[in-house]
Amino acid sequence: MAYQLLNATMSKTLFDKVWDSHVVQHIENGPDVLFIDRHLVHEVTSPVAFLGLKNRGIKVLYPERTFATADHNTPTRNQHLPVKDKLSANQLKALEENSKAHNIPYWGLGHKKNGIVHVIGPENGITVPGATIVCGDSHTSTHGAFGAIAFGIGTSEVEMVLSTQCIMQPKPKRMRINVDGALSKAVTPKDVALFIISQLTTSGATGYFVEYAGEVFRNMSMEGRMTVCNLSIEMGARGGMIAPDDKTFEYIKGREYTPKGQDWDTAMEYWKTLYSDEDAVFDKELSFNASDIEPMITYGTNPGMGMGIQKYIPLAEAVEGGVATYKKSLEYMDFNEGEAMIGKPIDFVFLGSCTNGRIEDFRAFASIIKGRKKADHVTAWLVPGSHQVEAAIKEEGILDVLQEAGFELREPGCSACLAMNDDKIPAGKYAVSTSNRNFEGRQGPGARTLLASPLVAAAAAVTGKVTDPRELMEEAFA
Amino acid sequence: MAYDKFNILKSSAVPMPIENVDTDQIIPARFLKATERKGFGDNLFRDWRYNSDDTPKEHFVLNNPIYSGKILVGGKNFGSGSSREHAAWAVYDYGFRCVVSSFFADIFRNNCLNIGVLPVQVSPEFLDKIFTAIESNPNTELEVNLPEQKITILETGESESFDINGYKKQNMLNGFDDIDYLLNIKNDIEEFAEKTPL
Repeated sequence: MAYQLLNATMSKTLFDKVWDSHVVQHIENGPDVLFIDRHLVHEVTSPVAFLGLKNRGIKVLYPERTFATADHNTPTRNQHLPVKDKLSANQLKALEENSKAHNIPYWGLGHKKNGIVHVIGPENGITVPGATIVCGDSHTSTHGAFGAIAFGIGTSEVEMVLSTQCIMQPKPKRMRINVDGALSKAVTPKDVALFIISQLTTSGATGYFVEYAGEVFRNMSMEGRMTVCNLSIEMGARGGMIAPDDKTFEYIKGREYTPKGQDWDTAMEYWKTLYSDEDAVFDKELSFNASDIEPMITYGTNPGMGMGIQKYIPLAEAVEGGVATYKKSLEYMDFNEGEAMIGKPIDFVFLGSCTNGRIEDFRAFASIIKGRKKADHVTAWLVPGSHQVEAAIKEEGILDVLQEAGFELREPGCSACLAMNDDKIPAGKYAVSTSNRNFEGRQGPGARTLLASPLVAAAAAVTGKVTDPRELMEEAFA
Repeated sequence: MAYDKFNILKSSAVPMPIENVDTDQIIPARFLKATERKGFGDNLFRDWRYNSDDTPKEHFVLNNPIYSGKILVGGKNFGSGSSREHAAWAVYDYGFRCVVSSFFADIFRNNCLNIGVLPVQVSPEFLDKIFTAIESNPNTELEVNLPEQKITILETGESESFDINGYKKQNMLNGFDDIDYLLNIKNDIEEFAEKTPL
């Protein structure tokens, strides 16, 4: 095992260190040919890529670097039964057959390792520091939490990686976002991310790869770091990453695909060099104070349209960008400028997704609903990110808490985050959702999404309206 | 797969002066269930284009017969959100060969370049000029000249140059694709893989 030695004489950012060590070839006035260590594949963005390989008469070059799971298009109930939707069943079958034909490990429905691709990657140690990881899914940025370069790709690029383990990419610019200070009560990693996106807008980091630095991220759990990196794409960034530390190494140690024995020691030596050098230069650097961040909620139709939960929906004239686009967005939501979000009635709650479908998210949700009851008119879909998360929910007694409060747990998958399966929010209904996108129709045609943290989602689930979770927490402490 | 060559495209254009058009609008997730790349154009902008009973929404630009052409002109931050290449496929399958905007999301831009749809990024001022020109005359033609990297509003003669990296430009001009390139350097890749631990 021979990791490439880095040029020790030049200051580099974390991003540069990982990127540069994976460049097979630099094309003048063109992209870099970037070697991909690990490739995650799911049923929706892969079939056409496999078809491309078939048409060229070639095989997957490195099946041992490729991992397949079914998640986007799977039911979250009765997974032991045949999938009813014909097209969905067909897509799942295609992935199973393609995986078999190319000797790729396939964790389909019912497999104990099945789950959302960005949840199971870290769980199984596929995600390691310093690696390049891609998947035909924009939230691949999640894996950057471990100090990996991870980003979403299109199907043509999936085909490139399957056939050559490389991708052709122009090198993004570097941005560092620092958040220092202490987070206030009920402010979770989701709120930190939604706050940053609200400051940068949905295109503010386009063209950049972001490194998150500062006290807040250092103190954050690995689950929290994954939530933050996951949402990097929502401000346009290709990906986000956090320098690996003892917490990172602790998390991955002993997982199935992480190095063992001597290999672990060698890897650790390399991983410990993965940080931005003190005088490394970023193309853009931004800093925020943790104390300025409140529990967040979105009011519009992109993730940049978020605000502190106690604030009022901005007036059109105060907003950057087009007034017509802004008004169209509020019209879709049936909200008015200047209104408060607090107290608005809601119909659905969705806890889950690659953003907030991990054990820590279920713990947070349970901490609010414990000893309370689900509001009668609220439909709640609680969907663990994987079978491992599901098992932890049961082991930790969280399932009992959920059931006592009138909630039920569904089976793992992407579910209502993108509503490809049957979990669709009906037209006109409001859903407080822990997922990542509040685009028009994202959670079902006509559905209206309010993005928030698991704490805010839990508060809405028990009160039936947008509620500041701090109120319920105060009661609990009183 | 190799795609159509792109050289000079002269066409009227369809205006969509909306910002942050995300790929969930371009093609909603429920239409991503195919295992082959065909028919996506029918569902391009599905929920903006059709009512829930599948009748066309009169006021949506694609349903307005006065607008047509192979060029789609969108507002700032076009193609944000999901990485689904199906969005670029839908744009292509509908008949567009070029998308013009003042700003593109990264993944959508790459996806377009990989399937032979040319993303042309212009200044916000020039974008406004295009919208104004189309508003006053829906038959206004644009000329997108890839060899010269120039876009012109033919009626007024106003033009602006645009960027594209040299490698991608050659690919577009010749209908080459990245996989052919990568397969040709397979030996280098395999050598690289050997010294790169799993």
